[in-house]
Amino acid sequence: MARRAGGLYVGLMVRFTSVGLRYAPPAGSSDPGVGQDVLADLSFELPAGSFHWLLGPSGAGKSSLLRLMQLALRPSRGEVEVLGTVTSRARRQDMPALRRRIGVVFQDFRLLPHLSAFDNIALPLRIAGRAELALRADVTEMLRWVGLETKAESLPPELSGGEQQRIAIGRAVAMRPALLLADEPTGNLDAVQSRRVLSLLQEMHRMGTTVVVATHSESLVNAYPGPALRLARGRLER
Amino acid sequence: MPGEATSTVTASRWASRRPVLRRGHGRDPLGLRQALLGPLLPAVALAMTLLAALALGGAAGAQALALRWQQGAAAAVTVQLPDMEAPRLARTLAALRELPDLVDARPMDQDRLAALLRPWLGEVPALPLPPILELRFDPLPDNPEGLALRIISVVPGATVETQGVWVARLVALAQRVRGTALAAVALVGLLAVGVVMVGIRAGLAARQDVIVILHDLGATDGDIANRFAGRVALLCGLGGLTGLLLAVPVLLAFGGLAAPLMGRMPVVRLAELPWQTLPWLLLAGLPLLMAGLGWATAELTVRSWLKRLP
Repeated sequence: MARRAGGLYVGLMVRFTSVGLRYAPPAGSSDPGVGQDVLADLSFELPAGSFHWLLGPSGAGKSSLLRLMQLALRPSRGEVEVLGTVTSRARRQDMPALRRRIGVVFQDFRLLPHLSAFDNIALPLRIAGRAELALRADVTEMLRWVGLETKAESLPPELSGGEQQRIAIGRAVAMRPALLLADEPTGNLDAVQSRRVLSLLQEMHRMGTTVVVATHSESLVNAYPGPALRLARGRLER
Repeated sequence: MPGEATSTVTASRWASRRPVLRRGHGRDPLGLRQALLGPLLPAVALAMTLLAALALGGAAGAQALALRWQQGAAAAVTVQLPDMEAPRLARTLAALRELPDLVDARPMDQDRLAALLRPWLGEVPALPLPPILELRFDPLPDNPEGLALRIISVVPGATVETQGVWVARLVALAQRVRGTALAAVALVGLLAVGVVMVGIRAGLAARQDVIVILHDLGATDGDIANRFAGRVALLCGLGGLTGLLLAVPVLLAFGGLAAPLMGRMPVVRLAELPWQTLPWLLLAGLPLLMAGLGWATAELTVRSWLKRLP
């Protein structure tokens, strides 16, 4: 279980115990593929402050596993423990506070297109009730960190893919999360932008954040070696 | 990244605070200004408030008419008797009390009779007034003319006035009109709730991706629902206000047309419109009611929709 010591988490950040996941079929669905297990018998632990790759081919269940860690899904079976909270036992009203300590980066960025780069990064801080004056300094600092201080007022459609992904990383880490999850963060980027995004994620890891990066690109893992969880057909390969 | 020394402490402090999506600064993370809610809701609120205001005005008018007619016709039937001594009057009254469906028969108070005649005759204290009986029936007679003939057969020489029967019928009609108008207001409220709900669901469908992102970033159901509800309340309130502004001239015009029925002179000048007779307090409450209905409907609809997210 993760506990705080001097501002840093020590111990376990994530623990999966015999976790299975099955999506409920939509009402009236007769597709035999729907309703089958997406994940099965997953048991592993991620220490606080660690960096892990999450590897596997497309359809192996990487995104579903990340969504369980992100608390965007609850497991059908087993126990998921994140930041010391067993999600199946947690009350629904306690989940938002927990989610605010988890940053997520997606392959398709998921920025709000009608908000500027500044406002996209500011969003989690505003959700957390941060004062506008204090928030301004933090967001400006974050924009500088991702190298986009000159694009603060740009809307996402006006930015390149790499720039959008860096804004998404800025938004994901604006709350200084204890756990940072990235789902194929370089999937839509060229090699130069991919390296830049990876170096930002690794910098977060160096600062003590637990980082999990899902990818199906072995070349990326070879360039940045690290411990990995390998998924195949919803099960962990040892 | 700068500031890492205190990063986790800062993060946990902010993470544990009660979250509130800040307003102001032109922030609209849900993009509600661009969603379908914009043109639909004010138009619905305008139409609903206009209908509700007309119904309320109609109800108030019907009530005023009923009250006035009731005051003017205290009895269903009045019988003017030829001059007679007290014993004969008592016998006449006893005979009339045998009439079917009669619930009350009494001589009209002389002071009240004098007051009723004063507009025509002025103050003439010495003028002898004829004895008049007031008769009340329940139910009202189906054939007032037949009843009049029957009374004359009991009291030869009497003059029977059955106009009160028709007045009583008009009063009953006015009261039913008032009840129907109030039911129409309630129906308008229900319709407004239904239409607002449809509008909000359309807005939710249009903004589903954004809502899921906010939810994943740690926004509570209350944060998201309050955003929707605030916007819906504003749009419904503005629409309601516009509807009310449109309804007031119509109500005043109707009030002007009804002035002779209320014993007033026909309206020829703007100042003579029945400004003071409109139910202003109730009317002023309509935009607020519309905003409140929109707010409550949005809160319930959005919170119920958000339950599907973990």
